[in-house]
Amino acid sequence: MAELRILTLIKRVPAPGARINITDDEQFVNTQNLGFTMSPHEECAVEGAVQLIEEHGGESTVLTLGPAEAEEQLRYAASIGINQAVLMDNGGEDWDPQRTAKAIGDAIEQLESESGPFDLILFGNESADSGGFQVGIRVAHRLGRPMVNGIKGIEVHDDKVVAKREVDAGSEVYELPRPAVLGVKEGLNLPRYPTMKGRLASKKVEINAVAPAADAGGQAKVRLLRPVETVSETVILGTDESAAAAVVDLFEELGVL
Amino acid sequence: MTSVLVVIESDQGAMAPASHEALTFARDYATSAGLPLNAIIFGAESGMAAEAGTYGAATVHVADHALLDDFGPEAWGETLAQAVTQTAPAVVVSCGTDRGNEVLAQAAARLDLPFVANCTEVDTGAAEMTRTQWGGSLLERVSLNAPTRLLSIAPHAFDASPAPAPGAGMVMPFAPVLDDSLARTKVVDRVVTSSGVTLSTAPVVVGGGRGVGSAEAYAPLEELAELLGGKVGCSRAVTNNGWRPHSDQVGQTGTRIAPELYIACGISGAIQHWVGAKASKNILAINTDAEANMVTKAGHAVLGDLHTMIPAITAEVKKRKGL
Ligand SMILES: Cc1cc2nc3c(=O)[nH]c(=O)nc-3n(C[C@H](O)[C@@H](O)[C@H](O)COP(=O)(O)OP(=O)(O)OC[C@H]3O[C@@H](n4cnc5c(N)ncnc54)[C@H](O)[C@@H]3O)c2cc1C
Ligand SMILES: Cc1cc2nc3c(=O)[nH]c(=O)nc-3n(C[C@H](O)[C@H](O)[C@H](O)COP(=O)(O)OP(=O)(O)OC[C@H]3O[C@@H](n4cnc5c(N)ncnc54)[C@H](O)[C@@H]3O)c2cc1C
Repeated sequence: MAELRILTLIKRVPAPGARINITDDEQFVNTQNLGFTMSPHEECAVEGAVQLIEEHGGESTVLTLGPAEAEEQLRYAASIGINQAVLMDNGGEDWDPQRTAKAIGDAIEQLESESGPFDLILFGNESADSGGFQVGIRVAHRLGRPMVNGIKGIEVHDDKVVAKREVDAGSEVYELPRPAVLGVKEGLNLPRYPTMKGRLASKKVEINAVAPAADAGGQAKVRLLRPVETVSETVILGTDESAAAAVVDLFEELGVL
Repeated sequence: MTSVLVVIESDQGAMAPASHEALTFARDYATSAGLPLNAIIFGAESGMAAEAGTYGAATVHVADHALLDDFGPEAWGETLAQAVTQTAPAVVVSCGTDRGNEVLAQAAARLDLPFVANCTEVDTGAAEMTRTQWGGSLLERVSLNAPTRLLSIAPHAFDASPAPAPGAGMVMPFAPVLDDSLARTKVVDRVVTSSGVTLSTAPVVVGGGRGVGSAEAYAPLEELAELLGGKVGCSRAVTNNGWRPHSDQVGQTGTRIAPELYIACGISGAIQHWVGAKASKNILAINTDAEANMVTKAGHAVLGDLHTMIPAITAEVKKRKGL
């Protein structure tokens, strides 16, 4: 099989702790004291791209649209084995999903006209923060390529990509002609950690800039709010094995025994 | 006249329970907006029109086509886009499941319309709504400007209930024009890996977190789950350690569960885990830390070591079952 060219799309998001707080103006997640990361789905997409290139040979690229600081996520991807990086700096502005997809679609067309088509484009199933479940689907449609979301298994063949999606009692199998686009879910693989050598190498990866431009779509953020928290008077059934009887009484009461 | 159109999710002729939530939400919305409630089905009619009628649907568009006899996101999305163009509904609703969100996003891409995923509240007129971010850990108020408003509702956000006065469920054939090439994303095969109850349908889930300590230490959780006719679930700390397969993970990037009882053992209850577990009817936390979120949010808790508690509970269950 000829060498592969794979593009993976990642989004810089805050890495929240056990609780997510919002800023006083209710517009953003309060990122004071927080680091930044990408969605677990996207980490698996990056790892998947690296594994496919290790298996088949070729070259992998990672692209993000976001603030200049998103270089950190691009370098992280490079540290685990991605070869090329593209940053679309939009000054960290709030872009809705339609606009994001248009700008990313334009950039992919530009990159492909310069260096040839990507055999496979990997998105996350949904971003970790706003979770619109749509950017990859919009981009694939714009490029006229087949796209299936929710993928937890990928095999690349000469003429097709076999993709698996987990459903309740097993999985569905799809066979997409190449070039194809997939939305990946966590569980596709167990992403590796960067090695010291990988980290050093990632510092040398050149970050290519592509200027984003697109008009706003029809969805706009008004404000963020926290969901009503469950407050529960927790009934403590005990602190040792003697609590077992009370626990099983509860099972009986709930009708689950 | 314009309408509210519900996208019925089905698999091989059977309606997904999530569609009952979408129908119930859409019925209430249609009533408050003074609009008729219609639905669209993909594939041959198999009794789903009458089922949609039970939930209040007046007209059910049946898109029967060879490319729609099994799921395919592009063929389903293209069909929906054509139905929207021809029937001009004011609002289109699906449930925010994998398929529900995917089909709406496919239609939105084709219509070049916005799509608002996972709403928990929609104002009449659908010019503003509340939707989930971070898998439900946070909410976002959004404004929406579009001739047809495409949205999905967050799973488990609305309780399903049949209509007090059923709709006619009248079948109206809908013939989409589909290019053969759309077969490229149709399901070609299925692999069945488990039979019987699954994590998302189990009446009892025994969840184990980092506190369990190793892959081997899940055996007592398996035994208890089996005795209660349930399934084992886990946290992301556990799948990251390779102790359990990702298909067992509960939370934002895992499965959303809604059992009668969730027994959360050695799980701290981080918000990203909690959003996948909060639809549980009852929660019993077993944790050594009285301050753990899972303990403070649970209805019941045992403050002890799961490694001694679970065998003690299992022994008591066996005793009462006469095993
Ligand atoms: C500082 C800042 C704050 C924002 N705040 C909000 C907000 O509060 N509410 C809101 O609706 N929008 C917000 N946005 C815009 C939003 O996050 C967008 O990126 C856009 O809405 C994309 O949709 P999504 O994140 O829902 O993507 P989804 O459709 O869920 O994403 C699917 C996949 O597409 C890819 N993808 C998505 N976005 C990007 C990207 N930017 N670069 C590369 N790949 C990407 C990823 O692979 C992702 O897994 C903000 C943007 C910024 C920069
Ligand atoms: C974008 C994003 C998505 C995420 N998605 C998910 C997701 O889908 N699912 C998920 O679970 N997490 C998810 N996470 C991770 C989440 O934030 C937490 O890191 C994770 O849930 C912690 O797992 P845990 O509770 O098992 O571990 P810990 O937080 O380490 O908790 C272990 C608990 O075990 C207790 N314990 C220890 N020993 C014992 C004992 N012997 N007996 C009883 N109790 C004991 C401790 O008191 C503690 O409460 C996500 C994070 C991000 C940023």
